[in-house]
Amino acid sequence: MIDRRSLITRSAAMAATAAFGPRLARAADAATATLPFGNGERPLVRYPQKRPLIRQTSRPPQLETPFEVFDEGPITPNDAFFVRYHLAGIPYDLDPDKFTLDVSGKVDRPLKLSLAEIKAMPASEIVAVNQCSGNSRSFFDPRVAGGQLGNGAMGNARWRGVALKTVLDRAGVQAGARQVTFNGMDVPIVDRTPDFVKALDIDHARDGEVLLAYAMNGEALPLLNGFPLRLVVPGFYGTYWVKHVDEITVIDGAFDGFWMKSAYRIPDTDCACVEPGAVPKATVPINRFDVRSFITNLADGAKVAAHAPLVVRGIAFDGGSGIRNVDLSVDGGTTWQDATLGEDLGRYSFRPWQATLTLPPGAHAIKVRATTTAGETQPAAARWNPAGYMRNVIETVSVTAA
Amino acid sequence: MKSVTPAVAMGAALSALCLALWSAAALASPLDYTLPPETAAFLPGPNREVVEGNCAACHSADYISTQPRGERFGRAFWQAEVTKMIKVYGAPIDEADAAKIVAYLAATY
Repeated sequence: MIDRRSLITRSAAMAATAAFGPRLARAADAATATLPFGNGERPLVRYPQKRPLIRQTSRPPQLETPFEVFDEGPITPNDAFFVRYHLAGIPYDLDPDKFTLDVSGKVDRPLKLSLAEIKAMPASEIVAVNQCSGNSRSFFDPRVAGGQLGNGAMGNARWRGVALKTVLDRAGVQAGARQVTFNGMDVPIVDRTPDFVKALDIDHARDGEVLLAYAMNGEALPLLNGFPLRLVVPGFYGTYWVKHVDEITVIDGAFDGFWMKSAYRIPDTDCACVEPGAVPKATVPINRFDVRSFITNLADGAKVAAHAPLVVRGIAFDGGSGIRNVDLSVDGGTTWQDATLGEDLGRYSFRPWQATLTLPPGAHAIKVRATTTAGETQPAAARWNPAGYMRNVIETVSVTAA
Repeated sequence: MKSVTPAVAMGAALSALCLALWSAAALASPLDYTLPPETAAFLPGPNREVVEGNCAACHSADYISTQPRGERFGRAFWQAEVTKMIKVYGAPIDEADAAKIVAYLAATY
C-alpha cells in the first residue's frame, strides 16, 4: 500500500506537465476555463466557502471542480467540491438554530428533530464519492442537451452524520412500508415546477450506510453542498443526495414524483445504453455508479521526458464493490500494465493508484482502465444514452515524449 | 411539496418579482450568503426582451448559452426545449411568446 505522504515524485511529474487541467486564461476582469469540447469556455468564479470553480450556470448554480484538484489527493476539499441544483429557490438565509427535520408517513412516531438533536444521536462516518449523473455529458457523441459538464462533477469526502436507519428506527417504520422520500428546502420559483423530491426503497434506506450527514471532511457542510443536512447515498448518483433535507416521508407505494418517474431515468438494458440517437424502449431510475478511472497528473497534450521514468497517477472508483485493479496501456489497449493501488479509504471512496512508464520519443496515448472486485470493467468504446448519464469509457490522455 | 412562491404572473413582472426575492434572500441573516454577480446575459437578438421576461425568473442565461452548437442544435432543438419548459417544468409562457422565444433561440444560439 502506498502512503501518499511518501510520494515525492509529484513535483517532478508536475514539472514534466506542460498544461494542467482546463486551460486557464485571465482576462481583464475574470478568469476563464476552456473545457475540451465545443462551446466549452466557462468563467472561473469564487463563491462564498469555495475556491474559484468552473461556473457552468449561475442560477440555479452549477459549479464544476477544476480537474487538477483531483491530483491533490483522494479527498476532495470542501471548497473545491462541485455544486449542482435543480431549483432556483435556494435557502441562502436559513437559520441552523431553527432547522428541523420532519419524519412522517407510515411511522409509529412522527419526529421533528432539531439539528442539535440529530447531532446528539450516534454518529457514523463514511468516505464516499458523490458524482453527478451527467458528469462528463459534454463528451457524448452525438452530444445531448443538459448541463454541459466536463469530468469535474464528482468529488470524494468523509461524511459524518447519523445513519438514516437510526432515525427511521426511532420513528418506527410500519409494516407495509415500501419507499422513503426525501425533500429539501430548495423550492421552485414557479409553483407548477415539480419540487425536487427523491425516493429510496425501504431496505436501501435502512441499510445502515445511507447517512443524514451534517459534516464533510471534518467541517459543517458548505451551504452549496447542502448545509445543514444532506442525504449521503454511498455508491449512488448524486441525484439521490438530497441537500438541505428537512422532510422524510415513509410511504407504502412506489413514489411517482417527477424526479423519479420522469427524470433521471436510464435505459433498462444491461449497459444502460442504446444505439446513439435511439430512444430506449423502457427505462428505470438511475441508481449505482459504474466503474471509472482517471489520470490526474497528466493533462491531455502534456510534454514529458523520453527514456525517463514517468510517474502516472490518478483515481478510480465504482458503485461500492471496490477497486480490484487499475492498469494502463500505451499501445491502444493491446497490452496492459498494472498500476499500484494506494490508500484504501473504503469501497465507496476514490482509490488512488500510481504507475511508472518509460516512453520512447514521440506521441503516445495513455489509457487507464479500472476493474472492480465484482469483475466489472470499463468499456473501450463509449456507451450512449439520451440523457448523457453514466459515462465510463476507458479514458485516454495523449502526451508527447521528447 | 412546498413552495414559498406566490402565484405568479407572466413576463417581466415575474422576472422582477423573483429577482427581488432573490436579492432579499441573498442579503438575509444569519447565513448572510452573498452570491457573486450573475454575469451571464442573453445575447442581443430579436425578441430578447420576451426571452428575458419569460425565462430569467427561473434560470440564468447560461442555461442556454452553454448548450452545444451546430446543426443538430437548431430550431427543432430549441422548440423541444421550450416545450419542455412549458409542459414539464410548468413555465407560464403563452403560445405567442413561445414562438418568439424559439425564433430568438434558433437565430441567436
